[in-house]
Amino acid sequence: MSGVGFKGKLYRDDALVLRVQKLGESDRIITLFTRRHGRVRAVAKGVRKTMSKFGGRLEPFGHVDVQLLEGRSLDVISQVEGVDLYGRRIMDDYPRYTVASAIAETAERLTPVEQEPSLRLFLLTLGAIRALALGEHGSSLVLDAYLLRAMGVAGWAPALLDCAVCGNPGPHRGFSVPAGGAVCPDCRPPGASHPAPATIELMAALASSDWQVADASEPNHRREASGLVAAHLQWHLERALRSLPLVDRDDTTRDRARDRKERS
Amino acid sequence: MYEGAIQDLIDELGRLPGVGPKSAQRIAFHVLSSDPSDVKRLAQALTRVKELVRFCTRCFNVAESDLCRICRDPRRSDEVYCVVEEPKDVVAIERTGEFRGRYHVLGGAINPLEGVGPDNLKVRELMMRLADGTCKELILATDPNTEGEATATYLALLVKPMGLNVTRLASGLPVGGDLEYADEITLGRAFEGRRAV
Ligand SMILES: [Zn+2]
Ligand SMILES: [Zn+2]
Repeated sequence: MSGVGFKGKLYRDDALVLRVQKLGESDRIITLFTRRHGRVRAVAKGVRKTMSKFGGRLEPFGHVDVQLLEGRSLDVISQVEGVDLYGRRIMDDYPRYTVASAIAETAERLTPVEQEPSLRLFLLTLGAIRALALGEHGSSLVLDAYLLRAMGVAGWAPALLDCAVCGNPGPHRGFSVPAGGAVCPDCRPPGASHPAPATIELMAALASSDWQVADASEPNHRREASGLVAAHLQWHLERALRSLPLVDRDDTTRDRARDRKERS
Repeated sequence: MYEGAIQDLIDELGRLPGVGPKSAQRIAFHVLSSDPSDVKRLAQALTRVKELVRFCTRCFNVAESDLCRICRDPRRSDEVYCVVEEPKDVVAIERTGEFRGRYHVLGGAINPLEGVGPDNLKVRELMMRLADGTCKELILATDPNTEGEATATYLALLVKPMGLNVTRLASGLPVGGDLEYADEITLGRAFEGRRAV
């Protein structure tokens, strides 16, 4: 590759496209979550031109096989093949699109250091985007399951059974975000909420991928669980997620109707 | 770091979209070595654009009066609106000479990752324009990328109860390209948009 101006070497990995941002006239900076190299920001040259060799392969939420060239500040994408381009099934469904955005932003925030591998979070993120694209479960449920399990990877999953403070065996009625989740009557700080027991059960089901319980949950418990998950997440992140308030949660009935239609 | 005026200029240029620190420096020194009359013309163009150009109060295209040139034109049809992201898209579509209706410029696309939701765009204004029932067809001409498609999906759902004819620009294979190089999304779209010959 002499004369190109890059001294670095080529490397290859599979990755999920998390974010794309315009750069100059026709380029983009692509934020990739790679399997073995963690989060990588790379330049895709000429990608916005209609005749670009990349085509639509570097659109958000696609699972791709990429070849990158190490650069001085940003790596450069030299080749890309689609493994599963989920973007198509996501952009045609608005709630899915908003959920995919929140998943991508969370993955980005939970990988603060570039090029630091995080295989567990990569697999979790890829699985969530796939589940979302396939529409197997309500998109709002997919998001909450992802957030709960991603917080688990980060080491601050909320306590859902035993008391978050003293470990007293649960279930408990109280729930406090600052205290770390479910709290027993002795440890319950002022301002603790009292979610419905079914809400906590739903959160536990989502955290452990018990989809039978999750899919059968009631809309009001889903709403309450979403609120608690979001509050728990925001408490632990320094800056609020921009995408979370824009998530279209009003999809439970539509999802169910579509699921029935797709299955039949 | 430079001092005073030159660094101020580099800082200001560096805030422009697509201009990195290196380009900012290059432009600043180009300005410094340019003819004073050229620089004055550039400065006047910058000031005048903010003084004279505003946004059309009806369609949010760029305008030099209350309404833009297209909204003022009585020969254009009020029965079809074309929804685009930016004023530059109006220019691109006008160049084709294919469209004789009115526009509505959203001011961008829905992009939750950048914190842009429907309330940050001229969506409510579009709904208000459609409420009088004059418009019969809405052409969604947002960009053929994920954000643009998702925005079109959102708008189509939103206006559905109004019973309008909603269409989306066909997207597919670029003219001059080879089929084998098309990616799955582009090829899928092209299949969807196939037409009788
Ligand atoms: Zn306790
Ligand atoms: Zn106008």
